[in-house]
Amino acid sequence: MRPEAVAAMLPFLSESFANPSGVHRAARAAKTALEEAREVVAGALGAAPGEVVFTAGGTEADNLAVEGAGRAARAAGLGDGVVTCAFEHKAVLAACDRLEREGFRVQRVPATRGGLVDLDALADALDEATVVVSVMLVNNEVGTVQPLDEVADVVEQRSPRAVLHTDAVQAVPWLDVAGAAARARLVSVSAHKFGGPKGTGALVARDGVALQPLLEGGGQERGLRAGTVNVAGAVAMATALQITTERRSVEVAQVARLRDRLLDGLTASIEGLFENGDHAHKVAGSCHVGIPGVEAEMLLVALDQAGLCAAAGSSCSSGATEPSHVLAAMGVPRTDAISSIRLSLGFASTDADVDAALELVPAAVGNLQRSQAATR
Amino acid sequence: MNVLVAMSGGVDSSVAAALLLEAGHEVTGVTLRLWGGETDSGCCSVGDVEDARRVAAQLGVPHYVFNLSEEFEAAVVAPYAAAYAGGTTPNPCVECNRSIKFGRLLARADALGFDALATGHHARVLRDDDGIMRLRRGVDAGKDQSYVLYMLGQQELDRALLPIGEITKAEVREHAARLGLRTASKPESMDVCFVRREDRRDFVDARTSPRPGPMVDTSGRVLAEHDGVAGFTVGQRRGLGVAFGEPRYVVALDGRAATVTIGTRADLACDHVTVRDLCWVAGAPGHDTALSVQTRAHGATGVGRLDGNVVRLREPMTRVASGQVVALYDGDLVVGGGIAA
Repeated sequence: MRPEAVAAMLPFLSESFANPSGVHRAARAAKTALEEAREVVAGALGAAPGEVVFTAGGTEADNLAVEGAGRAARAAGLGDGVVTCAFEHKAVLAACDRLEREGFRVQRVPATRGGLVDLDALADALDEATVVVSVMLVNNEVGTVQPLDEVADVVEQRSPRAVLHTDAVQAVPWLDVAGAAARARLVSVSAHKFGGPKGTGALVARDGVALQPLLEGGGQERGLRAGTVNVAGAVAMATALQITTERRSVEVAQVARLRDRLLDGLTASIEGLFENGDHAHKVAGSCHVGIPGVEAEMLLVALDQAGLCAAAGSSCSSGATEPSHVLAAMGVPRTDAISSIRLSLGFASTDADVDAALELVPAAVGNLQRSQAATR
Repeated sequence: MNVLVAMSGGVDSSVAAALLLEAGHEVTGVTLRLWGGETDSGCCSVGDVEDARRVAAQLGVPHYVFNLSEEFEAAVVAPYAAAYAGGTTPNPCVECNRSIKFGRLLARADALGFDALATGHHARVLRDDDGIMRLRRGVDAGKDQSYVLYMLGQQELDRALLPIGEITKAEVREHAARLGLRTASKPESMDVCFVRREDRRDFVDARTSPRPGPMVDTSGRVLAEHDGVAGFTVGQRRGLGVAFGEPRYVVALDGRAATVTIGTRADLACDHVTVRDLCWVAGAPGHDTALSVQTRAHGATGVGRLDGNVVRLREPMTRVASGQVVALYDGDLVVGGGIAA
């Protein structure tokens, strides 16, 4: 977390530990802090304060957007079609699966090999009765920025009743989401992706979008998300988002330089190394590479033993590496997919980190290749 | 040594990791994700992975999860279903040890630079004075698991550590309690990990196409119809769906003809077992060596001699279902074994 975000949330875990829905003085202080946080989040995301719904993270925001908008539209008799991309985050895909079980028509269009939603396939999937379209702003594995304006164009042409949702969880550190997602009516973010606390997120639901809530009870968050609001989390998210927005241009340039140094170094030292996702469309922190003949699951262990954290595919609840559905949706061959790892960089990354990676990754790859050759 | 410990989340492998650490080894834990299907009987559940992870954290050792579910499907689950559908009785735990734990996992341990792979099996590995590796029954006769490791050869045993085989189950529990391990009083898993016993038939039928056929007596007379050989194993007495005056058993299964043969206890007796895919821990035994013959993971053994690929029994035994492992022992040393034809 960003230290400023930690500092911002601490008072709300101690002296200001009041429920913002109360009527007494302490409650008013909490309520004020919550609404100030809402204004900051709204400003950074290009929304009005009344359009921000605090959630317990990106998954809840995605679920609420897709399921909430889908159910509300069908209840209003607008249609029953849902269209998404097969390489969306599981939080969106699972919500679509649930709608499908409820009788919605769900189509999952493929991505191009370069990691962009296939716009032709998307256009073909849309019709008059499509009510929800969900396309992420930045892919969470390969880091490609999606052509959201073009998506919005085609949705407007083909499915005027549809609500466009974008999962912007991965985008906040890298893009001005207020501009990039301006044409989406529903926008999900998650605080821990930009230096805020885990378990806190928000859904921007622009004025006029009908949503059915997932959680019902005390009517908090305009009735869209019942439950006592996590004030400390909201305040910390707002602080992190404000700092991220202020420093974005500087941090992105710095991270891009580190990432390019890492990628160039790895390319030079590891034979056959390839990049997943079209480089020209990637955000600054994304370094997603494949190394032929080296199993990613093995490489991750070898790197962890050497003190370097990397990831592959997505992690399920057991901690096992699952084959990447993102690479599969892009048409990456299985053998390449299971040989691919993600070395993500962020605002806290340093030249020393890159130096370490450039030493450790080629060494670990070399060891694995030698021992695999020996046992073969 | 730098040891990779296969931690299932059970008490045996937890204590194995702890004892190796106490003995001064460098320990890394790994849990295999092999199965996540709805039929899971509990062995590969998230809860067990979490138990293993927490024990590793308590011991202060690194812990990883390897996803070998595709390999497990290909090497264990698919052959399991095909075997039952074909009228034979597979031994999936043996195939898992052969292909997964001492196959893929051992290869991964090698590639990652580990000196040895340890498991929580109740069996003992020892090295002779002449450097030959031996596999011996575990100290706790009631818990001995050497049967499911009969396929280990010199290459595997040279890199295998089985610390639990040196102590009794009671001692395992004592160690776990002494160390305050969360798995200390965890119950043992009894079923095959990917399917509960009572669900086996449905599991196999869902993956194969069950064929009805005749249930016949030993003279070939048709007694009834059955709805697929997968519902039967040789030696089975209950659930035959036909009433008889005296106890009747399944004495033979023919998957190709879809025939189930019913007979009396006497019809189940056999004086020899034909065995395929024989393998040896340290070379084949001599013709005149009297061998203990074990045909089930837990159960009585017979005595016999090996004659080519036939085990000739001194006293008749209950017929061994085709597909079952026949493990051969010289005293309490595993000589090797094969699979009943």
